[in-house]
Amino acid sequence: MSMIKAEKLGHVYKRLNEQGEVETTKKALKDIDIEVEAGDFIAILGHNGSGKSTLAKHFNAILTPSEGALWVDGKDSRKEENMWPIRQAAGMVFQNPDNQIIASVVEEDVGFGPENVGVPTEEIWQRVEESLKAVGMYQYRKHSPNKLSGGQKQRVAIAGVVAMRPKCIVLDEPTAMLDPSGRKEVLKTAKALNEKEHVTVILITHYMEEVVFADKVFVMDKGRIVMQGTPREIFSQVEELKRYSLDVPQVTLLAYELRKKGIDLPAGILTNDELVEALAAAYQQKGK
Amino acid sequence: MIRDITIGQYYPADSLLHRLDPRTKIVCTLLYVISLFLFSNLTGYLIATVFLCMMIWLSKVPVFFIFKGIRAILFLLIITVVFNLFLVPGEPVVTIWKLTITDKGIRTAVFTAFRLVYLIFGSSLMTLTTTPNQLTDGLERLMNPLRIVKVPVHELAMMMSIALRFIPILLEETDKIMKAQIARGADFESGNLVKKAKSLVPLLVPLFVSAFRRATDLAMAMEARCYRGGNGRTKMKPLVYQPRDYIAYGVTILYIVAIAVAVRFTK
Repeated sequence: MSMIKAEKLGHVYKRLNEQGEVETTKKALKDIDIEVEAGDFIAILGHNGSGKSTLAKHFNAILTPSEGALWVDGKDSRKEENMWPIRQAAGMVFQNPDNQIIASVVEEDVGFGPENVGVPTEEIWQRVEESLKAVGMYQYRKHSPNKLSGGQKQRVAIAGVVAMRPKCIVLDEPTAMLDPSGRKEVLKTAKALNEKEHVTVILITHYMEEVVFADKVFVMDKGRIVMQGTPREIFSQVEELKRYSLDVPQVTLLAYELRKKGIDLPAGILTNDELVEALAAAYQQKGK
Repeated sequence: MIRDITIGQYYPADSLLHRLDPRTKIVCTLLYVISLFLFSNLTGYLIATVFLCMMIWLSKVPVFFIFKGIRAILFLLIITVVFNLFLVPGEPVVTIWKLTITDKGIRTAVFTAFRLVYLIFGSSLMTLTTTPNQLTDGLERLMNPLRIVKVPVHELAMMMSIALRFIPILLEETDKIMKAQIARGADFESGNLVKKAKSLVPLLVPLFVSAFRRATDLAMAMEARCYRGGNGRTKMKPLVYQPRDYIAYGVTILYIVAIAVAVRFTK
């Protein structure tokens, strides 16, 4: 069964004037068709204002479809009674780590979600321990979140979602406010959760480097999905990505430029090692 | 560093008083404060002193910290003493110009001063041995019956604990905005009071905007984690009375009885 399925999903933001009448409307999502299988690692790419965060909020039933329909874990998000089950099935991690940590002690914050859904006390402790260990923050359980680094805070936020035992975690630009080392920490944690706990991960980002190890990548522009495929397929289309104001990773760009200059390289090179190998092969071939 | 600021005046230590249930501490402190107004003789003060000294000793809080609490009421204390000294009628002891100090005046002044100081000592002892979060938890449970008359007890407690969490964050933000505005030529130091107050506007406006933005973000994050008010919520750290709490209640009641006996039989 697919974890998330959207059919012709659309969302309209309405700006109301003081009398409560609709003043302007803005279509943030148009005709989104997306299907995510359980256990996948999905990345959604797009520059600012492409609608990717709006889409993320639909996955967690924070927003509901204005048009079309969305099923999360088989539940229709248009029905109000499905709101809480959906939020439990699909956890969400937001951009700003400070604005999503509720308690003044790490372990209490991780326990917040389970408390809300009425988990018995002993089980809360067990879940808190497990999820803090899963993100590698167990030794900080008694600390105040204020004293942690950005990456650590974001890992606590992930633990808080994991403690609710979701089938799917949506990360809405979790690394946008972090330094490079914090960014790496968070991505490693997300990847480990996907591999070890088989949680479906949906990573929303505008950093191209982060989507390299995704199973599937969706590119969004102006509220539509404009490209989809494996990272290799996506990155081999450098010209098209540039049209959506997205940058390709440096290696990929270098390989692309070299190819244009006539060096025989395969399309869609993603890592440094790949490029080195391909260059060596090309060099040998030329020597022959 | 501004982020190291401690909220409230919690003094971290591992003592019997620290380990007590916050509800016990709140109720016992309240009883103690009430008891201070029940007597006006020396025996009563002796009993209260012994009780207070015992508690301070049990709390392992340095006496210096407890004395610091007086600073907040020093002004009030002086006024009370002065008024009592000069305005209570009785046998004149000293007369300076038109002001007379009477024997009763001295007595009332001294007793009132002690009463106020003991009151502060008792309540600071509670805040020194209880973290703000424990206090919030304790208050939430104690006020729980008020829910019948539609007092949003859980919501109030939740707001209080969130406020406590965000105080250091907002302080840090204030610091950041202040530096940013100083870098743009803002002047927070010079001028008279009115000018200084006016110069705070470029600090407060961005601070408020950011606080509201944080509030929307936080509300969304809480909803995403299935928060829907106090109904059906379980507790990770539920408050459960331990034997030591019953002992503490017992000791407090014993103290009240002692005070009552002292009031009744000594005059």
